[in-house]
Amino acid sequence: MATLELTLEKDVGAEISRRARRLGPVFWSAVGWMVFVFAVAILAEVLPLPSPTDMDMLERRAPISALHWLGTDGLGRDELARLVYGARISLIVGLCAPVIGLTIGGALGMLSGYFRGRFETLVVGSMDVLLAFPPLILALAVTAYLGQSILNLTVILGVLGIPAFMRVARAATLTLARREFVIAAQALGATHARILLRELLPNVALPLLAFFLLGVAVTIVVEGALSFLGLGVPPPISSWGSMIGEGRESLDVAPRLAFIPATAMFLTVLSFNLVGDTLRALTDPRQGAL
Amino acid sequence: MLGFIARRLFYLVPVLLAVSLLTFLIASLLPGDLAYVILGDQATPEKVEALRQDLGLDQPIWWRYLGWLGHVLEGDFGRSFRTGQTVLEAVAERLPVSFELMLFAELMGLVIGVPIAIICAARSGGIFDRVMTGSAFAMLSVPTFLSAILLIYLFAVQLRWLPATGYVPFTEDPVGNLRFFVLPALTLALAEWPGIMRVLRSDMIATLQEDYIALAKAKGLKPSRILLVHALKPSSLTLVTITGINIGRLLGGTVIVETIFALPGIGRLLVGAIYTRDLIILQGVVLLVAGSFVMMNFIVDMLYAVLDPRIRHGHA
Repeated sequence: MATLELTLEKDVGAEISRRARRLGPVFWSAVGWMVFVFAVAILAEVLPLPSPTDMDMLERRAPISALHWLGTDGLGRDELARLVYGARISLIVGLCAPVIGLTIGGALGMLSGYFRGRFETLVVGSMDVLLAFPPLILALAVTAYLGQSILNLTVILGVLGIPAFMRVARAATLTLARREFVIAAQALGATHARILLRELLPNVALPLLAFFLLGVAVTIVVEGALSFLGLGVPPPISSWGSMIGEGRESLDVAPRLAFIPATAMFLTVLSFNLVGDTLRALTDPRQGAL
Repeated sequence: MLGFIARRLFYLVPVLLAVSLLTFLIASLLPGDLAYVILGDQATPEKVEALRQDLGLDQPIWWRYLGWLGHVLEGDFGRSFRTGQTVLEAVAERLPVSFELMLFAELMGLVIGVPIAIICAARSGGIFDRVMTGSAFAMLSVPTFLSAILLIYLFAVQLRWLPATGYVPFTEDPVGNLRFFVLPALTLALAEWPGIMRVLRSDMIATLQEDYIALAKAKGLKPSRILLVHALKPSSLTLVTITGINIGRLLGGTVIVETIFALPGIGRLLVGAIYTRDLIILQGVVLLVAGSFVMMNFIVDMLYAVLDPRIRHGHA
C-alpha cells in the first residue's frame, strides 16, 4: 500500500511541475504585479512620498507634476501617496479576512467531510443559513452599527467567507477520505486526529490555498464596494474603493481621480484571480494525471 | 418524487427559522437602543423608558423574537417609525423597480453572452474563442462599481447620450423610464455575461461531440442550423438553472447599482434603512430577501431533480 501511494504521488507531482513550466508570460506578469503591489505597500513609509492625508487647498485637483507624480485629489492630497497607502488597506483586509474563512471554514469542512453524520448536516445547514443573506447587505448592516474600523471590516468579511471555504474543504475531504492511503491508515489503527492532520490536511491544503487566492480577489472587491459607498474604512484613511468613490464626484473635470485607483484595483484583482485559477487548475484532481 | 419534495420542504423549515432568528439578532443586538433612535438626542430617561415599555423592549429577547415571528407569520412585518409605511408597503413600492432592473440586466446578459458562447463553441480553440474566453475571465475581475463609473463616464459625461442618475415611473414616461434603466442594467449585464457565456460554451462543446451532431453534419445540414437548432437546445439546460440562480443573486446584488444610479429599488431601501437606523424596515426587508433567496434555491434544487433523476434517489 505504502509504495503504491508513493509512486502515485510522485506522478502527480511530476505532472504538476511539468505543467507549471508551461505557465507562460501572462501568469508570470500577474505574479510580478502582485509582488510589486506587495513591495510598494510594505515599503510605503520608506518611499519618498508626501503624506497621504496632508491637504493643500491651493493645489486641489492639481495636474500631474514633478511634485505630485499623479496629481492631487479634490482635497489637495497627493494621489500617488493615497494610492500606495490604499494598497495597504486593500492587502491587509484582502489577506486577513480570507485567513479567517480559511481557518474556520477549512476546519469545519474537513471535520464534516470526514465524520459525516449529524455534524455534517448541522454544519451544511448553518452554512446554508449564512449563504441566504446577501453578503453586501450583511456587511453594510454590521459595519454601520459596529462602527467603521479596519478590524470590524476584516472580521465581518472573514465570517462571510466561511461557507465557501467550508464547501471546498468538505468536497476535497469527501473524495480523499475514500482513497487507499486513508483506508490504509485506518487499518493501521491511526487515530482520527492523525488521519485528519497527517493524511488529509496536506492534500486538502492545496485546493484550499488556490481557493484562498480567489478569496483574496473577492474580498478586495467587497472591501472596495463598501469603501466606495462610504461604509468601509473610516476617513481620512485612503482605500482604493473610497478613492474611486471620491473621484466619482469629479468625473467631468478630473476623471483620472477615479480611473487611476480603478486600474490599480482591476489589475490586482485580475492578478489574484489569474494566479488562483491557474493553481486551482493545476491542483484539480479531475484534470490531473490520475 | 413527492417523497423527495417532502424531505426538502422539511429541511427548509429549520433553515428559514434560523434565517429569521439571525435577522432578528442582527437587528436587535446591534448597539443603539431603538427608543433612543426614535426619540433622538433630546430624549428624557422617563420618555425613553415609557417608549421602551410601549415597544416591548423591556421584555426578554427570546420573547420579543417569538412575538415578532408570530406577527411575521401572520403577514405583519411591522411599520417604519420614520415614514409610517409598513414593510410590505415599502417593499411593494420598490419591488417593481428592482424587478425591472434585474429583468433588463438578465436579458442584456443573455443577449451578450449567448451569441458569443455559440460562436466560441463552433470553433473552440480558435482565435475568437481564446480572445473571448480571456475577456470573460478579465470581466470577472471588474467590480460592478468600476464598470458603473466607466459607463457613466462614457455615455453620460463624454457622449451625453444617457442620464447618469434618476428615475421616472414607466406609467408616466415609458421612454424616459427605459433610458434611465439602460446604464444600470448594462452595468449588471457586464458582470453577468461571463458566467452565462462560460456555462453555455462548455456545455455546447460537449454537445457538439455527440453522435447525432455528426449525423446532422453527414446529412449535409447547414452549420448554422446544426448550431442553433440541434445543439443549442440540449445545451441550454444548465443555462436555465444558472439564470434562475442569477435572479436570486441579483436580488441582493442590486444594492451598489441602485445606489450609484439613484434608482428607488429594494437595494436603496435597505441602504437607506441602514443609514437612518430604521431597524423595522431593515429586519423586515433582510428577512424577505433572505427568505426569497432560500426559496429560489429550493426551486432550483427541484429543477435539478426533475432534470436529473439520480439526485432525487440520493445517488449523486
